[in-house]
Amino acid sequence: ALEITIRPAVKIPAVSDGKHMGFAWGPGDILVYETLHKASGSGSSFIHEVRKDEDIYSPILRKLFNESHHIFVGLQTIREDLPSKSRKPQFVSISKNYRSVIRACMEELQQVAVSTKDGEAATQYGNQVSILLAIELIWNLCEVLFIDAAPAGSLLLHLLDWVRLHKADVDEKAREVLQSDSPAEHRDYWDVVVSYVLQGRLDEARQMLMKQATLQPAARNMYKLMDTLLSKMPFFNPSGTQTLTEFDVKWRHWHEEVDRCLQDNSFASNKHLEIICKLLLGDEDILLDHKELLGTWYHFLVTRLLFCHPTVKPAELHYYAQSCMTMFLDSRSVPEPLDSILLAAFEFDIHQVIKDCSIALNNWWFVAHLTDLLDHCKLLQSHNLHFGSNLREFLLLEYASGLFTHHSLWQLAVDYFDHCPEFGRVYLELQIERVPLDTERKALKVLRICEQRQMSEQVRSICKIMAMRALRNNRLGSALSWSIRAKDAAFATLISERFLQDYCTRGTFSDLDLIDNLGPAMLLSDRLTFLGKYREFHKLYEEKRFTEAAKLLLSLMTAKIAPRSFWMTLLTDALPLLEQKEVIFSADQTYELMYCLGELTSSLNSEATGTDRPMQEEDIELTKVELLRLALARNLAMAIVKEGTVET
Amino acid sequence: MESINAKYVSQKISKTRWRPVSHSFLQQPDIFASGSWDNEHNKISFWSIGSHGSSAMEDGFEGEPQLLCEQKHDGDVLDLQFLDQDRIVTASSTGAVTVFRHHQNSQTISIAQHWARAHHYPCDNAPCTGVVCSSPEIVTVGEDGRIIVFRADQEGVVRVIENADSSTIHAVTYLRTTEILTVNSIGQLKLWDFRQQSNSPSQILSLSGDRVPLHCVDRHPNQQHIVATGGQDGMLCVWDVRQGNTPFSLMEAHSAEMWEVHFHPTNPDHLFTCSEDGSLLHWETSSHSEMPSFLQGGRNSSMMSRSAMAPAGGNQSLISAWLSGDCSKGRLETSHMLPSQTLSVNSLDVLQQCLVCGTDGEAIFVNRQVPV
Repeated sequence: ALEITIRPAVKIPAVSDGKHMGFAWGPGDILVYETLHKASGSGSSFIHEVRKDEDIYSPILRKLFNESHHIFVGLQTIREDLPSKSRKPQFVSISKNYRSVIRACMEELQQVAVSTKDGEAATQYGNQVSILLAIELIWNLCEVLFIDAAPAGSLLLHLLDWVRLHKADVDEKAREVLQSDSPAEHRDYWDVVVSYVLQGRLDEARQMLMKQATLQPAARNMYKLMDTLLSKMPFFNPSGTQTLTEFDVKWRHWHEEVDRCLQDNSFASNKHLEIICKLLLGDEDILLDHKELLGTWYHFLVTRLLFCHPTVKPAELHYYAQSCMTMFLDSRSVPEPLDSILLAAFEFDIHQVIKDCSIALNNWWFVAHLTDLLDHCKLLQSHNLHFGSNLREFLLLEYASGLFTHHSLWQLAVDYFDHCPEFGRVYLELQIERVPLDTERKALKVLRICEQRQMSEQVRSICKIMAMRALRNNRLGSALSWSIRAKDAAFATLISERFLQDYCTRGTFSDLDLIDNLGPAMLLSDRLTFLGKYREFHKLYEEKRFTEAAKLLLSLMTAKIAPRSFWMTLLTDALPLLEQKEVIFSADQTYELMYCLGELTSSLNSEATGTDRPMQEEDIELTKVELLRLALARNLAMAIVKEGTVET
Repeated sequence: MESINAKYVSQKISKTRWRPVSHSFLQQPDIFASGSWDNEHNKISFWSIGSHGSSAMEDGFEGEPQLLCEQKHDGDVLDLQFLDQDRIVTASSTGAVTVFRHHQNSQTISIAQHWARAHHYPCDNAPCTGVVCSSPEIVTVGEDGRIIVFRADQEGVVRVIENADSSTIHAVTYLRTTEILTVNSIGQLKLWDFRQQSNSPSQILSLSGDRVPLHCVDRHPNQQHIVATGGQDGMLCVWDVRQGNTPFSLMEAHSAEMWEVHFHPTNPDHLFTCSEDGSLLHWETSSHSEMPSFLQGGRNSSMMSRSAMAPAGGNQSLISAWLSGDCSKGRLETSHMLPSQTLSVNSLDVLQQCLVCGTDGEAIFVNRQVPV
């Protein structure tokens, strides 16, 4: 059964007794550390993490989270515009899917609990199994009452199924009895028969009784009578043509017949048969005599309804439920959380059910999924919470936030946030940035999630993190590929500067495979374009296509693609072209080069007056400028001559 | 679709690979290995689908994968390949390359060889992103842009190509016994010839237009110049590495990153791709229809017909429809192989008629009746 949640105090093993502890809340856990109130002294330097929700770390329960996620996503895509008549069976089937997932998990946990040798683990598994049992019990009842919303008549049949599903020990006992040498003399024989009757499994009860009948030929008539009574008990057939009223009439006739048999003392000589007869009449005292066989007050409730009031209406349930619970439980015992939850369900108080479950369980899984399903069935009134979102969204957000703290299950949480229209996106934006990105592959997956939802800020920040990391490790190509993805021009500029710096210091380009193959990415940033074009210039030069190279070089300066700081290098690159035997730069081009040089020196001069540069550097600069001036002048002369010459 | 079984395994699966079967036609694949990622403790596991009269299943689906054994793995399993019947090689996010041996008798796993920090940065770990092997040689690539060659029986490294790439190398495959092909995150395919001593590629191919990162590559089993790649934009490209610098055909496949592409090893008219968008596609080109119909039908006879055609028509007619460049002619069919709405399918492997794939939804799917 569900435990009330006064949690035992958790002792932090590493913190010695009597020490003070400080703490800080995390999303799903608390960080605790030893602290001192005095100003001085030494203490432990450890930080401890206390986790509340252990379930998400259990490998078997993980399957529950994954499979239910699949069902959840499928549920969200059910079309809203279909009439409710055709949607109800879909919702019922989804509810059954959820329950079968719970059962599968439960069975696996049960197997592990039985086979493990570790005593503590076995207890833990056992606890988890019982919690899942309770969850499935509640869910099943909610399905019957709220989702399937069976009307009077079918209601009882569904409740009978519900009870039978959760009382498996009858079948075990029956098997044991049947496999013994003389079933009718087995000590549990009558318990089995009575249990069958209590669950309304009258055919099976009759078969069992036949075994006893053959042993007592003298009482044959009595057994025959009982058999007849049992076989004639009417059960409502929802798909049949009989109306509820007709069924009721028929049932009353049968009830009177059984009563007559009791009054006639037909079964007086056999106390077992007499008990069964009284049970068929719904005698409360006899029912309560069989508390152990019933086991729970809700079994008592359903059995009582079966034999007193099979046409019970949903609205009447809570009267019976309350009274049955009171009758069944000792006046001294306190109702357990499970009992109050079930009672709230019988009272059709959905909100109370959800509230009680939220308190009793340590994980939002159950309430989040159940509330979501009920919301789709349009069963929840809009219930405004203090901060404006509705109950369904609140629970889903809590559940998903818990998932996000898990190193692996965070991916599931994304879909949950997607289906919270009001706050889901904000939560996702905040959480997704905190996912640790150890490998490129993980970063790519996170990026894809952000891009699909147009979270451009997160995209930029993730790409920047990855690009910086790449840059730090000198992976310029990777860094560039990240900045292309983020369309981050500023970063692309940064990377190009790195390349250019490399070139200036070493005289050659590194990573030619990247620069030579930039493609359209070159246009992302001016600096990158310059880098690509500059490399192109070098290639043209190597291929001895001097005229084209010259043209490109000039355009780099005149079109202002090259940064001013690089002009000196470019002009120096122009020197070998100027000094060729052939004239490469035309007169016009030479004038332009001179203009560029002029601009450069004037800006250098204006710089020099302000700054304090060492003498050697200034000398080198001046020499370069002089060389350039000389080369340009010579080239100009040759160019003018060449252009002025008429070919004869 | 009924023949697809899903098994939830409580770990996100990054790689699944069939154990190779001997070439006798009758043996079906029965064991596969899987690797996990993004877990606190990652694992490699061996599973059996128990075909053909092995141990009887209890209730539960026939052929549902049963766990044989598993072993802790340090770091995400970023790639996994079978070296031979008993050994697998894994690439780890810590930069390590490890050879594991599966002892079939005791169903245990031991580490046969381990190269820690094979891929690394000066002061950081660099994940090893891809591994390919042709026993006993193992080639690995990583985020650090290195290509490393190992031998399974030697402890040291055989050869390292430093700075092979300025960006991350995502995948590698053999083109010939001495040539490999790598793909990187600036959209380039590079051919490397191990017979040459230089540290530069012998050929570089790339798409014109946007340099989309490429994530996977696979070579046609019979025709060594045909290569398929998939990348970040989900496009399937088929290249002819002998000719030209650009892919031969480009097909829109997925709406998100394509993680793996595989030609069917014995039936290369079939291609399989899986993607971050949660779909697994089966591509099928039709062969030339001049083939007489009695040679076409059925699995066995199609194998025969292929060899019957080769001497007659020469290789021309077999140059796949993959290179036809025009798939709207209706010679290319694609079909989805998974129920919709799964999380990313990270990996797939196909052998004969069996397909296995793993998803981020912590599920493994096995299909034993792939129509090839």
